[in-house]
Amino acid sequence: MNRIQVTFDQLKQTGEKALIPYIPVGYPALETTEELIRTICESGADLLELGVPNGDPLADGPTIQAASTQAIANGTTLRYCIQVVQRLRQSGLDLPIIFMGYCNSFLAYGLESFARDAKNAGVDGLIIPDLPSTMAGPWVDIFRQHEIDLIFFLAPTTSEERAASVVEQGTGFVYCISVTGVTGARDELPEELPQFISQAREATSLPLCVGFGISTPKHVAEVSQYADGVIVGSALLQVINHAPKDQMHTKVREYVSSLKEATISAASSTR
Amino acid sequence: MMKGFFGQFGGAYVAETLMGNLEQLEQQYEQLKDDAQFRSEIAQLLNEFVGRPTPLTPLRKMSKDTGGAKIYLKREDLTHTGAHKINNALAQAVLAKRMGKHRIVAETGAGQHGVAVATACSLLGLECVVYMGALDAERQAPNVQRMKLLGADLRLVHIGQRTLKDAISEAIRDWITNVRETHYLLGSAVGPHPFPTMVRDFQSVIGEETKSQILQLENRLPDCVIACVGGGSNAIGMFSPFIEHEEVRLIGVQAAGEGIETTHHASPLIKGSLGIFQGVYTYILQNADGHIQETHSIAPGLDYPGAGPQHSHLKNTGRAEYAYIDDREALEAFEYLCREEGILPALESSHAVAHALKVAKTMTEDQILVVNLSGRGDKDLSQAIEALERMNKEEVSIR
Repeated sequence: MNRIQVTFDQLKQTGEKALIPYIPVGYPALETTEELIRTICESGADLLELGVPNGDPLADGPTIQAASTQAIANGTTLRYCIQVVQRLRQSGLDLPIIFMGYCNSFLAYGLESFARDAKNAGVDGLIIPDLPSTMAGPWVDIFRQHEIDLIFFLAPTTSEERAASVVEQGTGFVYCISVTGVTGARDELPEELPQFISQAREATSLPLCVGFGISTPKHVAEVSQYADGVIVGSALLQVINHAPKDQMHTKVREYVSSLKEATISAASSTR
Repeated sequence: MMKGFFGQFGGAYVAETLMGNLEQLEQQYEQLKDDAQFRSEIAQLLNEFVGRPTPLTPLRKMSKDTGGAKIYLKREDLTHTGAHKINNALAQAVLAKRMGKHRIVAETGAGQHGVAVATACSLLGLECVVYMGALDAERQAPNVQRMKLLGADLRLVHIGQRTLKDAISEAIRDWITNVRETHYLLGSAVGPHPFPTMVRDFQSVIGEETKSQILQLENRLPDCVIACVGGGSNAIGMFSPFIEHEEVRLIGVQAAGEGIETTHHASPLIKGSLGIFQGVYTYILQNADGHIQETHSIAPGLDYPGAGPQHSHLKNTGRAEYAYIDDREALEAFEYLCREEGILPALESSHAVAHALKVAKTMTEDQILVVNLSGRGDKDLSQAIEALERMNKEEVSIR
């Protein structure tokens, strides 16, 4: 069993939901990125989603676009991202690590060599927003061989036939997109979300994690009532961006642990 | 073979949120493309509103100057709105309306596609949002004014290089957000399936007309056909009916900007490598990490780091050749065509004319060359004149 499956099984036993924070590697600076990632993990992350920065991230809103541009300017490459994972693993970090990146970064590296190097470094899964399940044939073959989970998306616009393909091709968990749109913090969760998740539940037995627009502990508590995990990206980056330099770690710790707290209390209230 | 591929090139590498929309578009298009009523609706608009068929003009002076072939110019500059873009814009707008989409989103580089879309939306009563790179808006001011006057909601894009690629990225993000009521009216033969196929089909009217015109005039097919290639919609529309006639040489001309050996060009089919960009697997300009390289061309419509997937396929199979023309050569051709033939070409199309001047010299008098003049140059006047003056000064100082 790989780390992702083990983690979801454990959470199920304790009745908790998974908190999955997202941060691009190399942000806000190369010197601080690893320490910041460790702070995020120590503050309550159950799984970690590391962004492989892309210059034209089509599924991302302004916050992640700006962070990606900065990370690239700092010198972050896919090779560097793999090295960061290697060092995090050497330092004893054992939670599941998932790369979120766009097709062309992996193609440019070479799919086979990437799969091999990523697995050796300790990468457990991949989220590729511009790789729909119906285009993913050759990718699925390669990453299954190297035991890296390919995590696909369900959107509110996904048809039943397409959902079947997501379930067939995907492993790890299913990434449920809360709204039609790009990533970015939002004030309100869409009303249709619970229904969307219960429909997804009928299609698959994989864990369902919700992302896009999740920003506050209140959102997390709400989503935790019906989903298996929440993904928080842009809102976390905004906390980092707005924190005074000497308080960045404190602010991040406060924010991430408040989100984690929300996944636990919601679970206990539904028990 | 998966759908939407030309050899190994093509596909639809986009967010899951868009896939339902693309599948619906593909189905509707497959149903309608041979539908007599749909076809006649478009044909009628192209005739009554666009002014098709466009003429095939013999260039007698240019033939004489190059001492060789008979040269004909396909006059897409004479369409309503002044470029081939209207062929595709109108057809897709009709399709969108049939699909019940009342909101159109589009990108524009030179502004010609934006103007065409704004025009089609105004004619058909559709809401129109156009994204344009802020740098392009600066260098194509007349088209900015036209789009606004036509009632388009023009949104300037200040991210990235502030050119066509960034406008496409923002248009795609808008489309993801408003996917249910929005049709993305992509202007070139690029992007995810079914766009490269659909745009080619809607632009094939250029090649079809050319073919029947040349048969009537010369009673035979041309020996060579030349068109400029950014994303490649005017070229693929011109080439398409000739692809099966192997004796017709097809040449696509890319923008070499400040020089093909510099880093300031826009020639993915000459200097690019394989990758996925904006939804499609094709030749792109990228660095070793897969990040898109900045591009440069004096012609905003050619200033794009990716080639349409069918062009990549035609290149790899050898059915078409791809050449390049730099800014200076394009400007010289721009001036030449004005002065010698009384025709003001768009800077994009000037790349095709510039290469035709070279190729014609290698041809014999009994041979026929057709050049696609994809658009007119009114939009380029101030920028081209400035550049020409700068160029002439440089030459004087060198002497």
